[in-house]
Amino acid sequence: MTRMAATRDGYGQALLDLADNEKVVVLEADLGKSTKSLHFRKAYPDRTISCGIGEQNMLLVGAGLAASGYIPFASTFAIFTERAFEQMRNGVARPNLAVHLCGSHGGTHTGTDGSSAQSIEDLAVFRTLPNVVVMHPCDDVSTRSLTMQLPDLGKPSYMRTARNKTPVLYDGREDEIQIGKGIVLREGEDVAIIACGVLVSESLKAADALAKEGINAAVVDMHTLKPIDGELIDSLVAQCGALVTAEDHNVIGGLGSAVAEHIVANSFAPLEMVGVPDRFGESGQADEMLEVMGISAPYIANAAKEAIARK
Amino acid sequence: MPKTITELEEIARKCRVEIVKMVHRAQAGHPGGSLSEIDLLAALYATRMRVRSDEPDWPDRDRFILSKGHASPGMYAILAEMGFISHEDLKSYRILGGVCQGHVDMKWCPGVDFSAGSLGMGLSFGMGCASAARLDKSDRRAFVMIGDGEMQEGSVWEAAMAAAHHELGNLKVILDRNRIQNDDFCEEQMRMFDIPAKWKAFGWNVKEIDGHNMNEIMEGLDFLEAPENCNGPSILIAHTIKGGGISYMENNPSFHGAAPNDEQFHQAMIELGEVEA
Ligand SMILES: Cc1ncc(C[n+]2csc(CCOP(=O)(O)OP(=O)(O)O)c2C)c(N)n1
Ligand SMILES: [Mg+2]
Repeated sequence: MTRMAATRDGYGQALLDLADNEKVVVLEADLGKSTKSLHFRKAYPDRTISCGIGEQNMLLVGAGLAASGYIPFASTFAIFTERAFEQMRNGVARPNLAVHLCGSHGGTHTGTDGSSAQSIEDLAVFRTLPNVVVMHPCDDVSTRSLTMQLPDLGKPSYMRTARNKTPVLYDGREDEIQIGKGIVLREGEDVAIIACGVLVSESLKAADALAKEGINAAVVDMHTLKPIDGELIDSLVAQCGALVTAEDHNVIGGLGSAVAEHIVANSFAPLEMVGVPDRFGESGQADEMLEVMGISAPYIANAAKEAIARK
Repeated sequence: MPKTITELEEIARKCRVEIVKMVHRAQAGHPGGSLSEIDLLAALYATRMRVRSDEPDWPDRDRFILSKGHASPGMYAILAEMGFISHEDLKSYRILGGVCQGHVDMKWCPGVDFSAGSLGMGLSFGMGCASAARLDKSDRRAFVMIGDGEMQEGSVWEAAMAAAHHELGNLKVILDRNRIQNDDFCEEQMRMFDIPAKWKAFGWNVKEIDGHNMNEIMEGLDFLEAPENCNGPSILIAHTIKGGGISYMENNPSFHGAAPNDEQFHQAMIELGEVEA
Protein backbone atom coordinates (compact mmCIF):
# COMPACT_ATOMS: atom_id res chain seq x y z
CA MET A 1 0.00 0.00 0.00
CA THR A 2 1.21 3.48 -0.82
CA ARG A 3 1.79 5.58 2.25
CA MET A 4 -0.54 8.59 2.40
CA ALA A 5 0.45 11.89 4.02
CA ALA A 6 -0.21 15.61 3.86
CA THR A 7 2.49 17.99 2.68
CA ARG A 8 1.82 20.25 5.67
CA ASP A 9 3.14 17.45 7.92
CA GLY A 10 6.43 17.55 6.01
CA TYR A 11 6.66 21.26 6.75
CA GLY A 12 6.06 20.74 10.46
CA GLN A 13 8.68 18.01 10.57
CA ALA A 14 11.24 20.13 8.73
CA LEU A 15 10.89 22.98 11.22
CA LEU A 16 11.80 20.55 13.99
CA ASP A 17 14.74 19.26 11.94
CA LEU A 18 15.96 22.82 11.45
CA ALA A 19 15.74 23.72 15.12
CA ASP A 20 19.44 23.02 15.74
CA ASN A 21 20.11 26.20 13.82
CA GLU A 22 19.55 28.75 16.55
CA LYS A 23 18.77 31.47 14.05
CA VAL A 24 15.61 29.68 12.97
CA VAL A 25 12.48 31.30 14.39
CA VAL A 26 8.85 30.45 13.78
CA LEU A 27 6.02 32.95 13.37
CA GLU A 28 2.37 32.01 13.75
CA ALA A 29 -0.96 33.68 13.10
CA ASP A 30 -3.31 31.43 15.11
CA LEU A 31 -3.14 28.58 12.64
CA GLY A 32 -0.15 26.61 13.94
CA LYS A 33 -2.32 23.56 14.55
CA SER A 34 -3.28 23.62 10.90
CA THR A 35 0.00 24.57 9.22
CA LYS A 36 1.85 22.21 11.60
CA SER A 37 4.23 24.75 13.06
CA LEU A 38 2.70 23.77 16.41
CA HIS A 39 5.30 21.02 16.88
CA PHE A 40 8.08 23.61 16.79
CA ARG A 41 6.11 25.90 19.10
CA LYS A 42 5.71 23.14 21.66
CA ALA A 43 9.40 22.19 21.58
CA TYR A 44 10.83 25.72 21.24
CA PRO A 45 8.34 28.21 22.69
CA ASP A 46 11.11 30.79 23.13
CA ARG A 47 11.79 30.87 19.43
CA THR A 48 8.15 31.00 18.40
CA ILE A 49 6.40 34.33 18.03
CA SER A 50 2.62 34.35 18.10
CA CYS A 51 1.30 37.24 16.03
CA GLY A 52 -2.32 36.54 16.85
CA ILE A 53 -4.73 36.68 13.93
CA GLY A 54 -2.62 39.31 12.21
CA GLU A 55 -1.01 38.15 8.98
CA GLN A 56 0.12 41.58 7.86
CA ASN A 57 1.98 42.15 11.10
CA MET A 58 3.50 38.67 10.91
CA LEU A 59 5.11 39.23 7.54
CA LEU A 60 6.85 42.43 8.58
CA VAL A 61 7.91 41.06 11.96
CA GLY A 62 9.53 38.39 9.81
CA ALA A 63 11.22 41.05 7.70
CA GLY A 64 12.63 42.73 10.80
CA LEU A 65 13.93 39.43 12.10
CA ALA A 66 15.51 38.57 8.76
CA ALA A 67 17.19 41.97 8.63
CA SER A 68 18.60 41.23 12.10
CA GLY A 69 20.23 37.95 11.17
CA TYR A 70 17.41 35.52 11.94
CA ILE A 71 15.79 32.98 9.63
CA PRO A 72 12.04 33.40 10.06
CA PHE A 73 9.52 30.78 8.98
CA ALA A 74 6.01 32.22 8.92
CA SER A 75 2.89 30.25 8.09
CA THR A 76 -0.86 30.57 7.78
CA PHE A 77 -3.44 29.29 5.30
CA ALA A 78 -2.39 29.98 1.70
CA ILE A 79 -5.44 32.20 1.30
CA PHE A 80 -4.51 34.41 4.26
CA THR A 81 -0.92 34.90 3.11
CA GLU A 82 -2.55 36.88 0.33
CA ARG A 83 -3.86 39.38 2.84
CA ALA A 84 -0.26 40.31 3.52
CA PHE A 85 0.66 40.48 -0.15
CA GLU A 86 1.75 44.08 -0.15
CA GLN A 87 3.74 43.57 3.03
CA MET A 88 5.46 40.69 1.25
CA ARG A 89 6.01 42.86 -1.81
CA ASN A 90 7.32 46.05 -0.27
CA GLY A 91 8.67 44.85 3.07
CA VAL A 92 10.09 41.46 2.20
CA ALA A 93 10.69 40.95 -1.53
CA ARG A 94 11.82 44.45 -2.41
CA PRO A 95 14.62 44.56 0.18
CA ASN A 96 15.23 40.84 -0.56
CA LEU A 97 14.89 39.71 3.04
CA ALA A 98 14.89 35.96 3.50
CA VAL A 99 11.50 35.45 5.11
CA HIS A 100 10.09 32.01 4.38
CA LEU A 101 6.35 32.04 4.04
CA CYS A 102 4.34 28.85 3.98
CA GLY A 103 0.69 28.81 2.95
CA SER A 104 -1.10 25.62 3.92
CA HIS A 105 -4.55 24.40 2.83
CA GLY A 106 -3.88 25.59 -0.71
CA GLY A 107 -6.21 24.95 -3.62
CA THR A 108 -9.74 23.69 -3.98
CA HIS A 109 -8.60 20.31 -2.65
CA THR A 110 -8.82 21.90 0.79
CA GLY A 111 -12.47 20.93 0.67
CA THR A 112 -15.59 21.67 2.65
CA ASP A 113 -14.50 24.98 4.17
CA GLY A 114 -15.54 26.37 0.80
CA SER A 115 -14.45 29.19 -1.48
CA SER A 116 -13.24 31.64 1.18
CA ALA A 117 -10.56 29.14 2.22
CA GLN A 118 -9.60 27.76 -1.19
CA SER A 119 -6.71 29.83 -2.53
CA ILE A 120 -6.54 29.54 -6.30
CA GLU A 121 -4.28 32.52 -6.93
CA ASP A 122 -1.44 32.33 -4.37
CA LEU A 123 1.11 30.81 -6.74
CA ALA A 124 0.30 33.45 -9.33
CA VAL A 125 0.58 36.47 -7.07
CA PHE A 126 3.79 35.42 -5.37
CA ARG A 127 5.30 34.44 -8.71
CA THR A 128 5.04 38.09 -9.77
CA LEU A 129 7.38 39.24 -7.00
CA PRO A 130 11.04 39.68 -7.90
CA ASN A 131 13.46 37.73 -5.64
CA VAL A 132 10.78 35.35 -4.35
CA VAL A 133 11.19 31.60 -4.89
CA VAL A 134 7.83 29.84 -5.28
CA MET A 135 7.29 26.16 -4.50
CA HIS A 136 4.42 23.71 -4.34
CA PRO A 137 5.62 20.21 -3.46
CA CYS A 138 3.50 17.08 -3.87
CA ASP A 139 4.33 14.94 -0.85
CA ASP A 140 5.53 15.19 2.72
CA VAL A 141 9.03 13.90 1.93
CA SER A 142 9.75 16.52 -0.73
CA THR A 143 8.13 19.24 1.37
CA ARG A 144 10.46 18.38 4.22
CA SER A 145 13.52 18.32 1.93
CA LEU A 146 12.69 21.61 0.26
CA THR A 147 11.95 23.33 3.57
CA MET A 148 15.25 22.14 4.98
CA GLN A 149 17.10 23.80 2.09
CA LEU A 150 15.57 27.20 2.77
CA PRO A 151 18.04 28.50 5.39
CA ASP A 152 20.72 28.42 2.67
CA LEU A 153 18.56 30.13 0.06
CA GLY A 154 19.43 33.67 1.07
CA LYS A 155 16.22 35.13 -0.37
CA PRO A 156 12.51 35.07 0.41
CA SER A 157 10.30 32.16 -0.48
CA TYR A 158 6.68 31.13 -0.68
CA MET A 159 5.70 27.49 -0.36
CA ARG A 160 2.18 26.20 -0.75
CA THR A 161 1.28 23.03 1.13
CA ALA A 162 -2.00 21.13 1.15
CA ARG A 163 -4.41 20.12 3.87
CA ASN A 164 -5.31 16.60 2.79
CA LYS A 165 -3.36 13.41 2.40
CA THR A 166 -2.00 12.35 -0.97
CA PRO A 167 0.24 9.41 -1.99
CA VAL A 168 3.87 9.66 -0.84
CA LEU A 169 6.19 9.42 -3.82
CA TYR A 170 9.67 10.06 -2.47
CA ASP A 171 10.22 7.73 0.48
CA GLY A 172 13.97 7.06 0.50
CA ARG A 173 14.56 9.55 -2.34
CA GLU A 174 15.09 12.68 -0.22
CA ASP A 175 18.45 13.42 -1.87
CA GLU A 176 16.94 13.85 -5.33
CA ILE A 177 14.95 16.87 -4.28
CA GLN A 178 16.50 20.22 -4.98
CA ILE A 179 14.96 23.69 -5.14
CA GLY A 180 14.62 24.73 -8.79
CA LYS A 181 14.99 21.25 -10.29
CA GLY A 182 11.92 19.45 -11.60
CA ILE A 183 11.83 15.68 -11.22
CA VAL A 184 10.93 13.21 -13.97
CA LEU A 185 8.75 10.66 -12.22
CA ARG A 186 7.90 8.69 -15.32
CA GLU A 187 9.55 8.57 -18.73
CA GLY A 188 7.51 8.88 -21.92
CA GLU A 189 7.85 10.05 -25.52
CA ASP A 190 4.37 11.03 -26.67
CA VAL A 191 3.50 13.84 -24.29
CA ALA A 192 4.91 15.33 -21.08
CA ILE A 193 2.62 16.13 -18.14
CA ILE A 194 4.13 18.77 -15.89
CA ALA A 195 2.34 18.99 -12.56
CA CYS A 196 2.66 20.36 -9.06
CA GLY A 197 1.14 19.64 -5.67
CA VAL A 198 -1.85 17.37 -5.33
CA LEU A 199 -2.12 16.99 -9.10
CA VAL A 200 1.19 15.15 -9.39
CA SER A 201 -0.35 11.88 -8.23
CA GLU A 202 -3.39 12.59 -10.41
CA SER A 203 -1.03 13.00 -13.36
CA LEU A 204 0.57 9.63 -12.62
CA LYS A 205 -2.92 8.11 -12.66
CA ALA A 206 -3.59 9.84 -15.97
CA ALA A 207 -0.35 8.42 -17.38
CA ASP A 208 -1.40 4.92 -16.31
CA ALA A 209 -4.71 5.35 -18.11
CA LEU A 210 -2.99 6.71 -21.22
CA ALA A 211 -0.56 3.77 -21.24
CA LYS A 212 -3.54 1.43 -21.57
CA GLU A 213 -4.39 3.25 -24.78
CA GLY A 214 -0.84 2.96 -26.03
CA ILE A 215 0.17 6.53 -25.21
CA ASN A 216 3.45 7.00 -23.36
CA ALA A 217 3.25 10.06 -21.18
CA ALA A 218 6.15 11.44 -19.20
CA VAL A 219 5.24 12.87 -15.80
CA VAL A 220 7.22 15.64 -14.13
CA ASP A 221 6.91 16.98 -10.60
CA MET A 222 7.62 20.70 -11.03
CA HIS A 223 7.72 21.47 -7.32
CA THR A 224 9.48 24.79 -7.94
CA LEU A 225 7.45 27.20 -10.07
CA LYS A 226 9.95 30.00 -9.77
CA PRO A 227 12.65 29.85 -10.90
CA ILE A 228 11.14 27.39 -13.37
CA ASP A 229 13.39 24.57 -14.58
CA GLY A 230 13.71 25.76 -18.17
CA GLU A 231 16.35 23.23 -19.12
CA LEU A 232 14.04 20.38 -18.20
CA ILE A 233 11.15 21.95 -20.12
CA ASP A 234 13.36 22.29 -23.20
CA SER A 235 14.32 18.63 -23.01
CA LEU A 236 10.66 17.60 -22.60
CA VAL A 237 9.73 19.64 -25.65
CA ALA A 238 12.50 17.96 -27.64
CA GLN A 239 11.58 14.50 -26.43
CA CYS A 240 7.77 14.62 -26.46
CA GLY A 241 6.77 17.55 -28.64
CA ALA A 242 3.58 18.16 -26.64
CA LEU A 243 3.00 19.39 -23.09
CA VAL A 244 0.27 19.42 -20.46
CA THR A 245 0.38 21.32 -17.19
CA ALA A 246 -1.76 20.33 -14.21
CA GLU A 247 -2.37 22.37 -11.07
CA ASP A 248 -5.03 22.90 -8.41
CA HIS A 249 -4.85 26.65 -9.03
CA ASN A 250 -6.44 29.14 -11.36
CA VAL A 251 -5.39 28.33 -14.89
CA ILE A 252 -4.29 31.97 -15.04
CA GLY A 253 -0.89 32.79 -13.61
CA GLY A 254 0.32 29.55 -12.06
CA LEU A 255 2.35 26.59 -13.31
CA GLY A 256 0.72 26.60 -16.74
CA SER A 257 1.62 30.23 -17.23
CA ALA A 258 5.16 29.67 -16.01
CA VAL A 259 5.66 26.87 -18.55
CA ALA A 260 3.98 28.90 -21.30
CA GLU A 261 6.19 31.91 -20.57
CA HIS A 262 9.20 29.68 -20.98
CA ILE A 263 8.24 27.89 -24.18
CA VAL A 264 7.08 30.92 -26.12
CA ALA A 265 10.55 32.34 -25.70
CA ASN A 266 12.43 29.09 -26.23
CA SER A 267 11.59 25.73 -27.75
CA PHE A 268 7.96 25.72 -28.80
CA ALA A 269 5.42 22.87 -28.43
CA PRO A 270 1.64 22.71 -28.12
CA LEU A 271 0.57 23.11 -24.48
CA GLU A 272 -2.73 22.24 -22.80
CA MET A 273 -3.27 23.74 -19.36
CA VAL A 274 -5.32 21.89 -16.76
CA GLY A 275 -6.28 24.17 -13.90
CA VAL A 276 -9.18 25.79 -12.11
CA PRO A 277 -11.20 27.40 -14.94
CA ASP A 278 -11.06 30.99 -13.65
CA ARG A 279 -13.86 30.52 -11.09
CA PHE A 280 -14.11 30.37 -7.32
CA GLY A 281 -14.55 27.11 -5.49
CA GLU A 282 -17.31 25.91 -3.17
CA SER A 283 -17.84 23.44 -0.37
CA GLY A 284 -17.19 19.84 -1.30
CA GLN A 285 -14.96 16.91 -0.44
CA ALA A 286 -11.39 17.09 -1.76
CA ASP A 287 -11.90 14.50 -4.49
CA GLU A 288 -15.25 16.02 -5.47
CA MET A 289 -13.56 19.38 -5.91
CA LEU A 290 -11.06 17.98 -8.40
CA GLU A 291 -14.03 16.70 -10.44
CA VAL A 292 -16.03 19.92 -10.18
CA MET A 293 -13.04 21.96 -11.26
CA GLY A 294 -12.22 19.56 -14.08
CA ILE A 295 -8.68 18.87 -12.93
CA SER A 296 -8.71 15.18 -11.91
CA ALA A 297 -6.85 12.38 -13.70
CA PRO A 298 -9.38 11.84 -16.54
CA TYR A 299 -9.27 15.53 -17.42
CA ILE A 300 -5.49 15.44 -17.45
CA ALA A 301 -5.53 12.39 -19.72
CA ASN A 302 -7.93 14.13 -22.11
CA ALA A 303 -5.74 17.20 -22.19
CA ALA A 304 -2.80 14.99 -23.05
CA LYS A 305 -4.63 13.61 -26.07
CA GLU A 306 -5.56 17.11 -27.17
CA ALA A 307 -1.95 18.24 -26.89
CA ILE A 308 -0.82 15.25 -28.95
CA ALA A 309 -3.46 16.00 -31.59
CA ARG A 310 -2.04 19.51 -31.96
CA LYS A 311 1.49 18.27 -32.68
CA MET B 1 -42.85 40.26 17.30
CA PRO B 2 -42.75 40.48 21.11
CA LYS B 3 -41.37 37.31 22.58
CA THR B 4 -41.07 36.18 26.16
CA ILE B 5 -37.72 35.28 27.60
CA THR B 6 -38.84 31.65 27.77
CA GLU B 7 -39.78 31.69 24.09
CA LEU B 8 -36.40 33.14 23.14
CA GLU B 9 -34.62 30.53 25.22
CA GLU B 10 -36.55 27.82 23.42
CA ILE B 11 -35.60 29.24 20.01
CA ALA B 12 -31.96 29.21 21.07
CA ARG B 13 -32.26 25.65 22.37
CA LYS B 14 -33.70 24.47 19.06
CA CYS B 15 -30.88 26.25 17.22
CA ARG B 16 -28.30 24.52 19.43
CA VAL B 17 -29.77 21.17 18.45
CA GLU B 18 -29.44 22.08 14.76
CA ILE B 19 -25.89 23.36 15.20
CA VAL B 20 -24.74 20.11 16.75
CA LYS B 21 -26.60 18.09 14.13
CA MET B 22 -24.99 20.05 11.31
CA VAL B 23 -21.40 19.64 12.43
CA HIS B 24 -22.00 16.01 13.41
CA ARG B 25 -23.48 15.18 10.03
CA ALA B 26 -20.67 16.95 8.18
CA GLN B 27 -18.00 15.66 10.59
CA ALA B 28 -16.46 19.07 10.17
CA GLY B 29 -17.20 22.68 10.95
CA HIS B 30 -17.20 25.09 13.85
CA PRO B 31 -19.45 24.26 16.79
CA GLY B 32 -17.68 26.31 19.48
CA GLY B 33 -18.27 29.79 18.08
CA SER B 34 -21.73 28.82 16.84
CA LEU B 35 -22.86 27.83 20.31
CA SER B 36 -21.38 30.92 21.95
CA GLU B 37 -23.15 33.31 19.58
CA ILE B 38 -26.51 31.59 19.35
CA ASP B 39 -28.39 33.21 22.25
CA LEU B 40 -27.44 36.60 20.82
CA LEU B 41 -28.49 35.66 17.30
CA ALA B 42 -31.77 34.22 18.50
CA ALA B 43 -32.71 37.40 20.38
CA LEU B 44 -31.49 39.68 17.60
CA TYR B 45 -33.42 37.93 14.84
CA ALA B 46 -36.54 37.14 16.84
CA THR B 47 -36.99 40.62 18.31
CA ARG B 48 -34.99 43.29 16.44
CA MET B 49 -34.07 42.58 12.86
CA ARG B 50 -36.35 44.30 10.37
CA VAL B 51 -36.20 41.68 7.67
CA ARG B 52 -38.63 39.72 5.49
CA SER B 53 -38.05 36.01 5.16
CA ASP B 54 -40.30 35.92 2.08
CA GLU B 55 -38.33 38.77 0.52
CA PRO B 56 -34.75 38.24 1.69
CA ASP B 57 -33.38 40.85 -0.72
CA TRP B 58 -35.80 43.58 0.40
CA PRO B 59 -33.58 46.63 -0.15
CA ASP B 60 -34.58 48.44 3.03
CA ARG B 61 -33.95 45.52 5.38
CA ASP B 62 -31.60 45.69 8.34
CA ARG B 63 -28.33 44.00 7.52
CA PHE B 64 -26.69 41.32 9.62
CA ILE B 65 -23.08 40.52 8.93
CA LEU B 66 -21.57 37.45 10.52
CA SER B 67 -17.99 38.60 10.25
CA LYS B 68 -16.79 35.47 12.06
CA GLY B 69 -18.14 33.57 9.08
CA HIS B 70 -16.86 30.18 10.23
CA ALA B 71 -19.59 30.18 12.90
CA SER B 72 -22.05 29.58 10.09
CA PRO B 73 -24.03 26.73 11.68
CA GLY B 74 -25.36 29.24 14.21
CA MET B 75 -26.45 31.58 11.44
CA TYR B 76 -28.01 28.82 9.33
CA ALA B 77 -29.91 27.54 12.36
CA ILE B 78 -31.50 30.93 13.08
CA LEU B 79 -32.18 31.55 9.38
CA ALA B 80 -34.06 28.25 9.29
CA GLU B 81 -35.92 29.16 12.48
CA MET B 82 -36.93 32.49 10.91
CA GLY B 83 -38.03 30.86 7.66
CA PHE B 84 -35.33 32.15 5.31
CA ILE B 85 -34.27 28.61 4.51
CA SER B 86 -35.87 25.27 5.34
CA HIS B 87 -34.76 22.84 7.99
CA GLU B 88 -34.06 20.45 5.13
CA ASP B 89 -31.54 22.98 3.76
CA LEU B 90 -29.54 22.60 6.94
CA LYS B 91 -28.60 19.13 5.77
CA SER B 92 -26.64 20.71 2.93
CA TYR B 93 -24.06 22.15 5.31
CA ARG B 94 -20.63 21.59 3.71
CA ILE B 95 -22.17 19.39 1.00
CA LEU B 96 -21.33 19.99 -2.66
CA GLY B 97 -23.86 22.40 -4.13
CA GLY B 98 -25.40 23.11 -0.73
CA VAL B 99 -27.13 26.32 0.31
CA CYS B 100 -25.21 26.03 3.57
CA GLN B 101 -21.61 26.50 2.48
CA GLY B 102 -18.80 25.96 4.99
CA HIS B 103 -18.59 29.70 5.58
CA VAL B 104 -21.62 32.00 5.20
CA ASP B 105 -21.94 33.11 1.61
CA MET B 106 -24.36 35.72 0.24
CA LYS B 107 -24.27 34.12 -3.21
CA TRP B 108 -25.50 30.79 -1.90
CA CYS B 109 -27.81 31.38 1.04
CA PRO B 110 -30.89 33.64 1.29
CA GLY B 111 -30.70 35.94 4.29
CA VAL B 112 -26.91 36.07 4.31
CA ASP B 113 -25.76 39.63 3.71
CA PHE B 114 -22.00 39.11 3.39
CA SER B 115 -19.69 36.38 2.12
CA ALA B 116 -17.41 35.95 5.10
CA GLY B 117 -14.76 33.45 6.13
CA SER B 118 -11.75 35.73 6.08
CA LEU B 119 -11.64 37.38 9.50
CA GLY B 120 -11.55 41.12 9.96
CA MET B 121 -13.60 42.05 6.91
CA GLY B 122 -17.18 42.27 8.16
CA LEU B 123 -16.94 45.49 10.10
CA SER B 124 -15.69 47.43 7.08
CA PHE B 125 -18.46 45.91 4.99
CA GLY B 126 -20.97 46.86 7.70
CA MET B 127 -19.68 50.41 7.60
CA GLY B 128 -20.37 50.40 3.87
CA CYS B 129 -23.92 49.20 4.46
CA ALA B 130 -24.45 51.82 7.17
CA SER B 131 -23.06 54.55 4.92
CA ALA B 132 -25.40 53.48 2.12
CA ALA B 133 -28.37 53.64 4.50
CA ARG B 134 -27.36 57.18 5.44
CA LEU B 135 -27.04 58.18 1.77
CA ASP B 136 -30.47 56.63 1.12
CA LYS B 137 -31.91 58.56 4.09
CA SER B 138 -33.13 55.20 5.37
CA ASP B 139 -33.41 54.22 9.02
CA ARG B 140 -32.19 50.68 8.38
CA ARG B 141 -29.30 49.44 10.50
CA ALA B 142 -26.23 47.27 10.02
CA PHE B 143 -25.50 44.75 12.77
CA VAL B 144 -22.10 43.08 12.72
CA MET B 145 -21.04 40.12 14.82
CA ILE B 146 -17.29 39.83 15.37
CA GLY B 147 -15.14 37.34 17.29
CA ASP B 148 -12.62 38.19 19.97
CA GLY B 149 -9.80 36.47 18.10
CA GLU B 150 -10.95 38.29 15.01
CA MET B 151 -10.42 41.56 16.84
CA GLN B 152 -6.68 41.01 16.46
CA GLU B 153 -6.91 41.81 12.76
CA GLY B 154 -5.71 45.35 12.16
CA SER B 155 -8.49 46.02 9.66
CA VAL B 156 -11.06 45.79 12.48
CA TRP B 157 -9.49 48.88 13.99
CA GLU B 158 -9.33 50.72 10.70
CA ALA B 159 -13.09 50.25 10.46
CA ALA B 160 -13.64 51.09 14.13
CA MET B 161 -11.82 54.38 13.75
CA ALA B 162 -13.56 55.27 10.51
CA ALA B 163 -17.07 54.45 11.74
CA ALA B 164 -16.64 56.66 14.78
CA HIS B 165 -15.15 59.44 12.68
CA HIS B 166 -18.23 59.34 10.46
CA GLU B 167 -20.57 59.06 13.46
CA LEU B 168 -22.37 56.07 12.01
CA GLY B 169 -25.09 55.66 14.60
CA ASN B 170 -26.74 52.98 12.50
CA LEU B 171 -23.74 50.65 12.81
CA LYS B 172 -24.02 48.19 15.71
CA VAL B 173 -21.48 45.57 16.66
CA ILE B 174 -21.86 42.54 18.86
CA LEU B 175 -18.60 41.06 20.10
CA ASP B 176 -18.71 37.37 20.94
CA ARG B 177 -16.21 37.46 23.79
CA ASN B 178 -15.71 33.74 24.30
CA ARG B 179 -12.00 33.99 25.14
CA ILE B 180 -10.93 31.29 22.69
CA GLN B 181 -9.68 31.46 19.12
CA ASN B 182 -8.35 28.76 16.74
CA ASP B 183 -5.24 27.34 18.37
CA ASP B 184 -5.83 28.24 21.98
CA PHE B 185 -7.20 30.73 24.52
CA CYS B 186 -6.87 34.36 23.41
CA GLU B 187 -4.83 34.99 26.53
CA GLU B 188 -2.14 32.63 25.17
CA GLN B 189 -2.28 33.71 21.53
CA MET B 190 -2.56 37.48 21.83
CA ARG B 191 -3.60 39.37 24.93
CA MET B 192 -6.01 42.17 24.25
CA PHE B 193 -5.95 43.87 27.64
CA ASP B 194 -8.84 46.24 28.35
CA ILE B 195 -11.25 45.61 25.50
CA PRO B 196 -14.06 47.99 26.60
CA ALA B 197 -11.49 50.75 27.11
CA LYS B 198 -10.11 50.18 23.61
CA TRP B 199 -13.52 50.63 21.98
CA LYS B 200 -14.32 53.63 24.16
CA ALA B 201 -11.02 55.18 23.16
CA PHE B 202 -12.00 54.68 19.53
CA GLY B 203 -15.15 56.71 20.14
CA TRP B 204 -17.76 53.95 20.47
CA ASN B 205 -20.68 53.52 22.86
CA VAL B 206 -19.90 50.41 24.86
CA LYS B 207 -21.92 48.05 27.04
CA GLU B 208 -20.98 44.68 28.54
CA ILE B 209 -23.43 41.85 29.13
CA ASP B 210 -23.60 38.13 29.84
CA GLY B 211 -24.20 36.76 26.36
CA HIS B 212 -26.08 33.71 27.60
CA ASN B 213 -28.55 35.53 29.86
CA MET B 214 -31.63 36.40 27.79
CA ASN B 215 -32.67 39.26 30.09
CA GLU B 216 -29.26 40.85 29.79
CA ILE B 217 -29.18 40.24 26.04
CA MET B 218 -32.49 42.09 25.66
CA GLU B 219 -31.13 44.99 27.73
CA GLY B 220 -28.02 44.97 25.56
CA LEU B 221 -30.05 45.13 22.37
CA ASP B 222 -32.11 47.96 23.90
CA PHE B 223 -28.83 49.75 24.50
CA LEU B 224 -27.78 49.35 20.86
CA GLU B 225 -31.11 50.75 19.67
CA ALA B 226 -31.48 53.54 22.24
CA PRO B 227 -31.76 56.98 20.56
CA GLU B 228 -29.06 58.39 22.82
CA ASN B 229 -26.66 55.77 21.44
CA CYS B 230 -27.41 56.56 17.82
CA ASN B 231 -25.04 59.52 17.76
CA GLY B 232 -22.26 57.15 16.74
CA PRO B 233 -21.44 53.45 16.48
CA SER B 234 -22.15 51.16 19.42
CA ILE B 235 -20.76 47.85 20.55
CA LEU B 236 -22.20 45.20 22.82
CA ILE B 237 -19.45 43.17 24.43
CA ALA B 238 -21.13 39.85 25.17
CA HIS B 239 -19.27 37.60 27.59
CA THR B 240 -19.93 34.11 26.37
CA ILE B 241 -18.73 30.55 26.72
CA LYS B 242 -17.26 28.92 23.65
CA GLY B 243 -19.21 25.72 23.10
CA GLY B 244 -21.84 27.04 25.54
CA GLY B 245 -24.62 24.55 26.28
CA ILE B 246 -22.72 21.33 25.61
CA SER B 247 -20.70 20.39 28.69
CA TYR B 248 -17.69 18.80 27.01
CA MET B 249 -17.38 21.58 24.43
CA GLU B 250 -17.53 24.41 26.94
CA ASN B 251 -14.28 26.36 27.22
CA ASN B 252 -12.58 23.65 25.21
CA PRO B 253 -10.40 25.06 22.40
CA SER B 254 -10.43 21.74 20.56
CA PHE B 255 -14.10 22.25 19.70
CA HIS B 256 -13.38 25.47 17.83
CA GLY B 257 -13.23 23.52 14.61
CA ALA B 258 -14.00 19.88 15.34
CA ALA B 259 -17.15 17.79 15.19
CA PRO B 260 -18.47 15.51 17.92
CA ASN B 261 -18.30 11.75 17.36
CA ASP B 262 -21.43 9.58 17.59
CA GLU B 263 -21.19 9.08 21.33
CA GLN B 264 -20.57 12.77 21.97
CA PHE B 265 -23.43 13.62 19.64
CA HIS B 266 -25.78 11.42 21.64
CA GLN B 267 -24.68 13.06 24.86
CA ALA B 268 -25.27 16.51 23.37
CA MET B 269 -28.82 15.55 22.40
CA ILE B 270 -29.44 14.42 25.98
CA GLU B 271 -28.04 17.66 27.39
CA LEU B 272 -30.24 19.67 25.04
CA GLY B 273 -33.31 17.72 26.09
CA GLU B 274 -33.85 16.19 22.67
CA VAL B 275 -33.60 12.58 23.82
CA GLU B 276 -33.90 10.90 27.21
CA ALA B 277 -30.79 9.73 28.99
C1 LIG C 1 -7.88 36.42 8.03
C2 LIG C 1 -8.06 35.10 8.66
N1 LIG C 1 -7.01 34.52 9.30
C3 LIG C 1 -7.16 33.30 9.86
C4 LIG C 1 -8.35 32.63 9.78
C5 LIG C 1 -8.49 31.22 10.33
N2 LIG C 1 -9.39 31.17 11.48
C6 LIG C 1 -10.68 30.78 11.34
S1 LIG C 1 -11.53 30.91 12.77
C7 LIG C 1 -10.17 31.48 13.61
C8 LIG C 1 -10.27 31.84 15.05
C9 LIG C 1 -11.33 32.87 15.26
O1 LIG C 1 -11.48 33.16 16.60
P1 LIG C 1 -12.66 34.10 17.08
O2 LIG C 1 -12.70 35.32 16.24
O3 LIG C 1 -12.48 34.30 18.53
O4 LIG C 1 -13.96 33.25 16.72
P2 LIG C 1 -14.87 32.33 17.67
O5 LIG C 1 -14.13 32.10 18.94
O6 LIG C 1 -16.11 33.09 17.89
O7 LIG C 1 -15.10 31.07 16.90
C10 LIG C 1 -9.07 31.55 12.75
C11 LIG C 1 -7.73 31.98 13.14
C12 LIG C 1 -9.40 33.27 9.10
N3 LIG C 1 -10.60 32.67 8.94
N4 LIG C 1 -9.24 34.49 8.56
MG1 LIG D 1 -13.38 33.62 20.20
